[in-house]
Amino acid sequence: MTSLMLRVAAAESLTPLVKRFRFEHPQGAALPLFSGGAHVVVEMPDGEVLRRNAYSLISDPQDGSGYEIAVRREDGGRGGSRFMHGRVQPGDQLRISLPLNLFALDLRARKHVLIAGGIGITPFVAQVRQLLRMQLPFELHYAARSRAEAAGLKLLPDVPQIHVHISDEGDHLDLGGILSGQPLGTHVYTCGPEGLITAVAEAGARLGWPKTVLHSEVFQAPPPGRPFAVVLARSGRTIEVGAHQSLLEALEAAGVEIDWSCRGGACGRCETQVLSCHGRIEHHDHWLSEDDRSSQSRIMPCVSRFRGETLIIDR
Amino acid sequence: MTIRFNDETFRDDYSFRNSAEAIRRFPFPFDKDDYMYSVNMEPHGTGGRAGSVFEKRFDVDEHYVAEMRDRAITLAGDPLRCQSLPHMELAGWDLLELIMQCKAEDYPELFQLHRDGDRWHWINRPLGIEQRFTFLDPTTLPCGPLEYITRQAQGDFAVLDQREGNLWMDAGMVTSQADWSLDFDIGMNFFEWHAPVPKAAEMGIFQRALKFLLAVQQGAPSRRLNWTMTVNPRLDTSPENYHLWGPEKRTITPENVGAKQYLRVELQSFWRLPRSNALAFPIRCYLIALEDLVTVPKWARRLHRVIRDLPDELADYKGFAVNRQIIIDYLAQFDDGKPTSPGIFADD
Repeated sequence: MTSLMLRVAAAESLTPLVKRFRFEHPQGAALPLFSGGAHVVVEMPDGEVLRRNAYSLISDPQDGSGYEIAVRREDGGRGGSRFMHGRVQPGDQLRISLPLNLFALDLRARKHVLIAGGIGITPFVAQVRQLLRMQLPFELHYAARSRAEAAGLKLLPDVPQIHVHISDEGDHLDLGGILSGQPLGTHVYTCGPEGLITAVAEAGARLGWPKTVLHSEVFQAPPPGRPFAVVLARSGRTIEVGAHQSLLEALEAAGVEIDWSCRGGACGRCETQVLSCHGRIEHHDHWLSEDDRSSQSRIMPCVSRFRGETLIIDR
Repeated sequence: MTIRFNDETFRDDYSFRNSAEAIRRFPFPFDKDDYMYSVNMEPHGTGGRAGSVFEKRFDVDEHYVAEMRDRAITLAGDPLRCQSLPHMELAGWDLLELIMQCKAEDYPELFQLHRDGDRWHWINRPLGIEQRFTFLDPTTLPCGPLEYITRQAQGDFAVLDQREGNLWMDAGMVTSQADWSLDFDIGMNFFEWHAPVPKAAEMGIFQRALKFLLAVQQGAPSRRLNWTMTVNPRLDTSPENYHLWGPEKRTITPENVGAKQYLRVELQSFWRLPRSNALAFPIRCYLIALEDLVTVPKWARRLHRVIRDLPDELADYKGFAVNRQIIIDYLAQFDDGKPTSPGIFADD
């Protein structure tokens, strides 16, 4: 995983729950450019634990002077967002991975329709800048509960292609209305809660949209679960995975070298072979094939867990 | 470092020659005495072994000027060797930036790039080119960005769009290919354009290779070597021109095999492009006559063993089955049966 040590240049509250952070190179060097929808992984040295969370980049993809992210504080989460909100100050240095895009625009599209729910607005902030620069037709629908919670309002430009739907004001997303009447060749991108992504998929299916033009990003944090033990075949060691820890984090804490990138079950980098499984793997990824899942021959340690007698993996 | 550029041809009289230096730095592709497909990726970038073709990101050697002349001849006869589907223009600019930046940094005495915002000034001394243009404005270049820069860079270039968990051959410049056609493959996905390769699909090679490639990160390019055999030092061994080079396979005799039979090695590298999220796939071709290759005793021994023991389907696919026995007989005289050292480089 290629990464850079960057300096926190600014930290600013956008809403009571969402903070924007800007990172710059300590010597002022230009950072690699990226494409709209890309994310970085931020490393947070939190006492004994090294946390790593992925965040979409919200700055201009063509601006190498800095990277910006927006972090929503999840009080019931595993601690990464609380660390960012509570501990990170301007002047601090954090290790940031180079951008990787698992949610890119399909540039063949005749038109791009972007649908965001809540903090799911973040990948679209950079995409909107890219679309405006490339002068491509698009519309963005951004749904939030209230204006006070809608961090995206401070991040988006004031252009007629952007439509804000505030449910407290009685303005709800009308997916059927948005999806009907779009020109042929339109691609749809959804980011937000699982329910929104499902609703768009269902509306698309009802209206006869091909599946391949419906894109979505469910950027999930590793789900908690019961603690479990895993046997590492190469060393013969057994490691324990805590209730709020991912298998990937437990491997890292045990000093096992393992490649990773998105840490959200989407990129495939940490895919690991299962040598023996007596029990059930709880697959939470979006990467493995149905065959790999049902045969329990592979596991994605970043998000998936295990319940049962013994799990032996090729690490 | 100065490079003396050869005045040579890759067709008709085939005056192509490797200097002693070019032979020494040839990328011999076999790291052991037998060969089977593998996902043999390794990191690519600055800091490769000094003097080797891996030292710089886009290797420039004594054949540069002549190869670019040969590309221009091929393009004049068949403009479809360079294609870019409409959604790939941004990727073309990404590639132009990557190549210009790497060449200017790695070979400052040959190439210069001056950037003032979007106003760029490019100087290519070996080809005598000086161009001022506006980055991302195609009207300021004599042709599209992909064609412009790949007329100035050795090797073929496939530019792959990434979507739907697959890679798509949606743009490229292909004039020095081992018998494949961009015009045929354009728009195909990773599995479609690899369909003719024997055995590898059953081995799961493509599934694994695709997973690796989808995750190639910016700033972390990778490379691998691939190989085949070509009669005469011909860059354009395309299906379109098979009638020109296919019959030459029948001209190999035990007397001329050392001079006319070439090992053809592709240095393939993989680069994530920043603005487009496309994957650039340069395929750089290196040619060496068997009689030059056998001047390195380790390579002579090893190539004999590899060709002798290769599965028949691979020799068929690589197109040299017809001359295989003559090649083996020629190489056998340089193989005394001694063990070879690990790795691809010649023994010092």
